[in-house]
Amino acid sequence: MAIFLDKNSRVIVQGITGREGLFHTQRMLAYGTNIVGGVTPGKGGTHVDGGGAGAAASTTLPVFNTVRDAVEATGATHTIIFVPPPFAADALYEAHDAGIGLAVAITEGIPAHDMLKVVATTKSMRIIGPNCPGLVSPGKALLGIMPGGVFTAGRIGMISRSGTLTYEIVDMLTKAGLGQSTCVGIGGDPIIGTTFVDCLEAFANDPETDAVVVCGEIGGSDEEDAAAFIKAHLPNKPCVAFIGGRSAPKGKRLGHAGAIISGNFGTPESKLAAFAAAGVPVAERPSDIPDLLESRRAVHA
Amino acid sequence: MKLMEYQGKELFRRVGIPTPRGVHATSAAETVDFVAANPGSWVLKSQVMMGGRGKAGGIKFADDAAAAKELADQLFGKVLKNEQNPGGEEVRSLLVEEKVQIASEAYASITIDRAAKKPVIIVSSQGGMDVEDVAEHHPEAISKFWIDPAIGFQPFEARQLAFAAKLPVGYHKAFPKILAGLYQMFVDYGANLVEINPLVLTVSGDVIASDAKVELDDNGIYKHPELNGWRNDGPADEDQAAAVAIGLGISNYAKFADEPGEVPKTIGTIANGAGLGMGTMDAIKSAGGGAANFLDIGGGAQAELVRKSYNLVTSDRRVKALFINIFGGITRGDQVAIGIVEALKGDDVRKVPLVIRLTGTNSEEGRKILAEAGFFPVETMNEGAARAVALANGVH
Repeated sequence: MAIFLDKNSRVIVQGITGREGLFHTQRMLAYGTNIVGGVTPGKGGTHVDGGGAGAAASTTLPVFNTVRDAVEATGATHTIIFVPPPFAADALYEAHDAGIGLAVAITEGIPAHDMLKVVATTKSMRIIGPNCPGLVSPGKALLGIMPGGVFTAGRIGMISRSGTLTYEIVDMLTKAGLGQSTCVGIGGDPIIGTTFVDCLEAFANDPETDAVVVCGEIGGSDEEDAAAFIKAHLPNKPCVAFIGGRSAPKGKRLGHAGAIISGNFGTPESKLAAFAAAGVPVAERPSDIPDLLESRRAVHA
Repeated sequence: MKLMEYQGKELFRRVGIPTPRGVHATSAAETVDFVAANPGSWVLKSQVMMGGRGKAGGIKFADDAAAAKELADQLFGKVLKNEQNPGGEEVRSLLVEEKVQIASEAYASITIDRAAKKPVIIVSSQGGMDVEDVAEHHPEAISKFWIDPAIGFQPFEARQLAFAAKLPVGYHKAFPKILAGLYQMFVDYGANLVEINPLVLTVSGDVIASDAKVELDDNGIYKHPELNGWRNDGPADEDQAAAVAIGLGISNYAKFADEPGEVPKTIGTIANGAGLGMGTMDAIKSAGGGAANFLDIGGGAQAELVRKSYNLVTSDRRVKALFINIFGGITRGDQVAIGIVEALKGDDVRKVPLVIRLTGTNSEEGRKILAEAGFFPVETMNEGAARAVALANGVH
């Protein structure tokens, strides 16, 4: 099952003929993702090369002028967006208008006010990101820019605000023999479509997920909300957390637009206290996560 | 991008929010000329980014040109300091404003509530104070309203807030118009924060924005090319300027000041990705050291950016060892390795003990390049952090 994404998800790529779009289209195809086409206005009717690796070796993919055309022709359910910031909100509105169910927005640098309006008006579509690495259901499909090789199929759910830190943690899990059901990079921006809580809700209902790793960071209150949700709704699924930036001073924005401690808000202390109150252990280092997870699983068993 | 008070007030006037009469003066002579030509009581307000400028001596009152000259001469070039800003900030311009006769002070702001994914308006009848203190000690004086971004601001929200926060009756007529202007400005200029504190009710019954605190979303600035020249060279933006100068994202570099009682910050860090960068800082702390800075080369960095990043991080003379932590995804290990090797070839390069961790995409190719140059990466982040701390402490 996994969450949000599996082998049956029919994917289109918005911005498929761009450098990044094409590069990652080929990588996703090689991973086994069911990509059915792409959209670049003005290039409808042409085709792009699927890359020649993996399951879709000699695939060529049709390019459409509009998302609506792509959905009508291919029955696409999912989209991934690789368009520059000034056009990203428009791409999301277009996907929503065409009836897409889930959109991954990779784009970094979308104005927060654009996202406020998009999120408020496209509620029938799940948005992952923006400014995120996407998501992967290992062994099934990858919708994003993550390196597929680090993931292994299994029963641990993983949610993260960061890309590379996800790879770091997943690598540890994989090496410890703990495969993953779905890993979601929710993105580092202040306004994102899908939060930790949304993912936890889906994991709570996923029979193929036994335990969840929450990889947060300083700034905002998503971790506090996640802790409260775990306490209330995931009594039977062990959870372990990590918080990046615990040593960061206040008032410095670190890489992610959302990673900033403002006054007494978004502090690691507040997040640590919230997880402690929910009975969720917080790993000091990523390398501690597999052991913590095993010990939590032992407690639950 | 944080705005100075005079810039914030310029935007206030564009959306019809009244501000005190006055002028933005960039020299003492300009200040004196204005006061001489406009007899009356004037406030000289130092234009700085730091908070608490009043207590730091940055606000003065002048009733005539002679007093204005004496005070302006004092203020221009003065470095304002207080507890929060021990380094201080130099006064380069003044906002000269009429002294308003205050009957009452209120507070109004709009910011983005990340969790609610909506703008939130906050109104308080206790203006002129830190709103967080008011929230703690007089929560009844504060009222909030979350706006649906799809609908936008409606005047009833202002009326509701004015009554709920118990604003004096004198505010009621002007308040909806002022909040409507504030919301328009918040949306049109893509602000993270617009704040009027205090929003003054004058003895003569006018409602005026006596101060302005505005922070715009850097990602939205491109929509307003006319504000390009508004960026301030305050201390908060030095890191951003350094990052942009070498082609990094605006928040991809930060330098950390040493704090009394903490381990000296002697280790430079470079990582690919914000999360891994923060994790790297934390790992150094866990290993008993202090990260002097944070540098995220982003995704897909090319060798040239890595080379420039090396030079930026080591330009901090406190840095006694450097930890480069790369988990390749879209970033390729060979590009990182080439960048490191190129950086060290530079004539004026500052060589510091270097610890490299390189895994993920193309890490094998990268390790080969590094080995040829005599570098042998560590295997894990923990190992790298421990090694960097030892090297910074002079243990080789």
